Amino acid sequence: MSKKFHVSTTVNGDPVEFLCDSRETVLDVLRDRLSLTGAKEGCGTGDCGACSITVDDRLVCACLMLGAEAEGKSIETVEGIAAGEDLHPLQKRFIEYAALQCGICTPGILVAAKNLLEKHPDPTEEQVRYWLAGNLCRCTGYDKIIRAVMDTAAEMREAS
Amino acid sequence: MQFHSPTSFAEAAKLAADAEGITRFLAGGTDVLVQLRADAVTPDTLIDIKQISGTHDITRRADGGWDLGVAVTGAEMTEHPDLSTDWPGLVEGMDLIGSTQIQGRATLTGNLCNGSPAADGVPGMVTAGVTVTVTGPDGDRVMPVEDIPAGPGRTTLAKGEVISAVHIPPRGAYGGDAYLRFIPRTEMDIAVVGCSVSLRRDGDVITEARVCLGAVAPTVVLVEDAAKALIGSALDEAALDALAAAAEAACNPINDKRGTIEFRTEVAGVLAKRAAKIAYDRAGGAK
Amino acid sequence: MARDEFEAERTTYNFVGTRPDRPDGIDKVTGRARFGADMTAPGMLHAVILRSPHAHAKIVKIDTSKAEAAPGVKAIVTRADFADGLDGENWNILENVMAGDTALYDGHAVCALAATSMLEARDAAKLVEIEYERIPHVTDVDKAMAPGAPVIREGADDGSVPAGMHPNVVRYHESGHGDVEAGFAKADLVLEETFKTEATHQGYIEPHACLGHMGTDGKGELWCCTQGHWNVQKVCAALLGTETSALRVTASEIGGGFGGKTAVFIEPVALALSRKANRPVKLVMPRADVFRATGPTSPASMDIKIGMTKDGTITAAKGVFRLSGGAFPEAPMEFSAMCAFACYDLENVLQMGYDVMSNRPKQAAYRAPGAPMAAFAVESVLDEMCNQLGLDPLEVRLKNAAKTGSKASYGPRFDQIGLVETLEAAINHPHYKAPLAEGQGRGVACGFWFNHGGETSVSLMLSEDGTAQIAVGTPDIGGSRASMALMAAEVLGIPYENIRCVIADTSSLGYNEISHGSRVTYASGLATIKAAKDAVNRMCQRAAAKWGIDPDAVYWEDGYAKPSGPNAGEFDPMHITEITANMGATGGPINGHFEATPEGAGVSFGTHIVDAEVDPETGHTKILRYTVVQDAGKAVHPTYVEGQYQGGAVQGIGWALNEEYIYGEDGSLQNALFLDYRVPVASDLPMIDTVIVEVPNPGHPFGVRGVGETGIVPPLAAIANAVSNAAGVRMRQLPASPPRILAALKDRDAG
Repeated sequence: MSKKFHVSTTVNGDPVEFLCDSRETVLDVLRDRLSLTGAKEGCGTGDCGACSITVDDRLVCACLMLGAEAEGKSIETVEGIAAGEDLHPLQKRFIEYAALQCGICTPGILVAAKNLLEKHPDPTEEQVRYWLAGNLCRCTGYDKIIRAVMDTAAEMREAS
Repeated sequence: MQFHSPTSFAEAAKLAADAEGITRFLAGGTDVLVQLRADAVTPDTLIDIKQISGTHDITRRADGGWDLGVAVTGAEMTEHPDLSTDWPGLVEGMDLIGSTQIQGRATLTGNLCNGSPAADGVPGMVTAGVTVTVTGPDGDRVMPVEDIPAGPGRTTLAKGEVISAVHIPPRGAYGGDAYLRFIPRTEMDIAVVGCSVSLRRDGDVITEARVCLGAVAPTVVLVEDAAKALIGSALDEAALDALAAAAEAACNPINDKRGTIEFRTEVAGVLAKRAAKIAYDRAGGAK
Repeated sequence: MARDEFEAERTTYNFVGTRPDRPDGIDKVTGRARFGADMTAPGMLHAVILRSPHAHAKIVKIDTSKAEAAPGVKAIVTRADFADGLDGENWNILENVMAGDTALYDGHAVCALAATSMLEARDAAKLVEIEYERIPHVTDVDKAMAPGAPVIREGADDGSVPAGMHPNVVRYHESGHGDVEAGFAKADLVLEETFKTEATHQGYIEPHACLGHMGTDGKGELWCCTQGHWNVQKVCAALLGTETSALRVTASEIGGGFGGKTAVFIEPVALALSRKANRPVKLVMPRADVFRATGPTSPASMDIKIGMTKDGTITAAKGVFRLSGGAFPEAPMEFSAMCAFACYDLENVLQMGYDVMSNRPKQAAYRAPGAPMAAFAVESVLDEMCNQLGLDPLEVRLKNAAKTGSKASYGPRFDQIGLVETLEAAINHPHYKAPLAEGQGRGVACGFWFNHGGETSVSLMLSEDGTAQIAVGTPDIGGSRASMALMAAEVLGIPYENIRCVIADTSSLGYNEISHGSRVTYASGLATIKAAKDAVNRMCQRAAAKWGIDPDAVYWEDGYAKPSGPNAGEFDPMHITEITANMGATGGPINGHFEATPEGAGVSFGTHIVDAEVDPETGHTKILRYTVVQDAGKAVHPTYVEGQYQGGAVQGIGWALNEEYIYGEDGSLQNALFLDYRVPVASDLPMIDTVIVEVPNPGHPFGVRGVGETGIVPPLAAIANAVSNAAGVRMRQLPASPPRILAALKDRDAG
């Protein structure tokens, strides 16, 4: 084992420090060192999106970034989406619309969809579908997910 | 695995030159980390170049061309207001790589140095005439991008050499480019065939052209006969047929999990025609 | 006694058919739901499994000495660390879980180790030296049964195989009725075609994962993602040579299964490592291992012959189905055969199946196993015949449709069924009348699945405040906790929100068969209703005792015990909360139970319509519009029923167009990543319209039929028909990938 790296970063607004091996990914660190298991490893190769997080507001796969690269960054995960007991509108719609079944892809899709709506508050259906193309869902056929995102976008536009 | 974050390319080059075993440079990491996770390639030394100043910058030069830092991501290229106005084909090639998530990390230089003949970012660079600065232990040199790939997974870069900047020529008047690829789905696949066309028009007549194919040979292929088929034409049916024939003739593909020799060859011609039409329209001022 | 009959007469419901939020919703949108890989234990080790890189090889030597000496390594196991003397399916499972003297497919497990960190385990695995001697392999189903093919296992046939066949053919099935030759003689058109489909994977996003702890006394705890933890308990105990009840298994949230998590792959390995190290062991499959070593469907090769008169009446149908379940005898060829023609009321029908072994991973169930490929073959021939005879494909299906009382192609007579209703709904759907543009094609297809009951136990526990808990033993793979609570609410007459349904562990409830066969809403639902009625009976007894009347004179309605009429006496209705508040003093806790193996699952039919557009220059297919019509019997939670329909359809789209196992010449799997195993992504698809038809199942108190599987039966056929009609060339091999479509177009143009 090579010498571990000491990394200081911010996760969901909280300052965090951890030690990690040079080969450990941000996903390994979140799940195994910080006990934040919301991000899932579906593939480890960036093909499924279940580990989607944002780093400095940029949507990425946590499996494709090393823990050592997180120094000084600001990371957001699914665990940071709700404000205390208040669910984000996307979270509410996902439950209401059954935009989740097994739920393994849900954390990644919520992180990705939230990032989309922050950048594009009025997306077309095609835009939503392409934005989420890197988030595999095997249960729903995506229908209810797309509807939930579109309707949440409309709701958030009206509220703002 | 040793992990380094140098603050200059000279330091990066020295680290690489002095390293033992397998060395990789880390930009977006979307290929390096996949290989690491699969235990396919575990570098002895990994050098992160993203702490080097200027690597995240997109800069328009005085001559109207562009300099790209080697850590500029696909998303940053796509979001740039002017880059894709000049070079829509080059930018869309980069934009087609992977998902939104991949776009948040992946870089043009990483795509080039991964050495894949199917790299979506590379044909557009080749047809644009992009050059790169290579920093090595003995200093810098500038190379055309088509001289970088050496075969699947290999580059011509020597030990201790690292690409330190990307230079895109000025677009100039009445120029247009386009990149198309064929994939079975709509996203998330590796190109089965890719084709980039860049050209310049004088009225209806094409005066300059470059055509580059991906995924049909061990490296991307700059097809001179395909360019000749276009130059001097107004992109009439005969020119398009000659273009397709030249593209097909340049194919030297393999049968694999992504496609057959016959399919790749046939579709190379189809994509060349389609890309040429888009580039031609763009050169004529179409958005 | 409570009046039992009111349910049967009931046509309206207070709770069933509504769409409340699922109880696992908040956990799943906040990231706190715990799946297979999300559990940890103090002192936990991390394990990796080493797998054969060869399709077929003798294992000459496994030298673990260097790995044992590596930092952090605490245990290494091989086949010798598992039970001896197993037979039957347990032996087959063990042979798959850890190879014996021969590696039977690329990815077959041969050794495993556990270390104090994942990186140490991965590094140590590189130090295990395994010497293989490669032997000839075969992966294609037709080649595997041809003369001279390498034999996977001598003497594996079960005695049913006709004489003279290759030893890789290990089981044979034949069924049907009438005289097919006489039927073909009466036809105006007889068409005979051969079809092939490749193996696909269920493609659940959650890799198999478990955390196990077992002591040298054989007592153990196991946490895992599975569709059936009692099965895991039974199999693990057998493979480790311990008693079944010594092992407690808890099912995690399950990140997709679709049949693929009905099997046991890694759990015995984690337990064996744990027993050896005397520490908890976590084992999570890398994605590539999931593709290489778990759950593919069987590749199929099929011959279909159908006779039809000019008016569209089917006179006879015959099918031959050759499936390979990998290096083990279990391809679901009898399901292919039995489902193939089940949609039609046929005088003459004959179907035969061959189970063929090859050097592929052990097949596992995938939504209606065996049925989708059979439907593809049969419905393609029907489509071609309709084209040739100039007949409407849905009208022809309606003309021949199986009805209540029809003799099924596989033997029994159908009870009340809803195929005709799905066909009528499809014919009247705007989609079927919508115009198509040049280059577009429409495909339709019907599909059938048996559905299943199975061993089921449910307990319902009342709390002092009049709320209820339900313990079921079928892992929730489709929103069943919500459905159970809805059905219990209907019986108890209390709000949905006052009922919590949990998946009990194996020590807290009686045996439950796996969540498979679309059985959960049917069987666990039936048991939940019966358990709730059991609790209601007990509450009626308490009310009767308080009122001093006969329990038979009390009935239950909308949450109240009521005297059943003026003769019973004048008493104010007694609310559930009044009864439960004092239950300790009136006879003790009130719980309801039900244990049975219900047999009335009720078969299921669906009809799908799809429009597709094919790019004639590249062979690329775009799905433009998709409509699923399926009989649900009674939709308990309609939104979740729609979700099952949509998910099944999209999995079928993947299977039809791009998903396939691709083996190289060397027998190794070429595409063991999501990068090249191409499941549909969001941008590939349109919205998926659904129509829920409700023809009640007489075998369920509320008329429920399972809906989980039938939805994947028609899509392969419907899409193949749409693509064939769009491209103008019949696609007889799936997936209809762009290279195959372009090659078919070129063949057609070449004459």
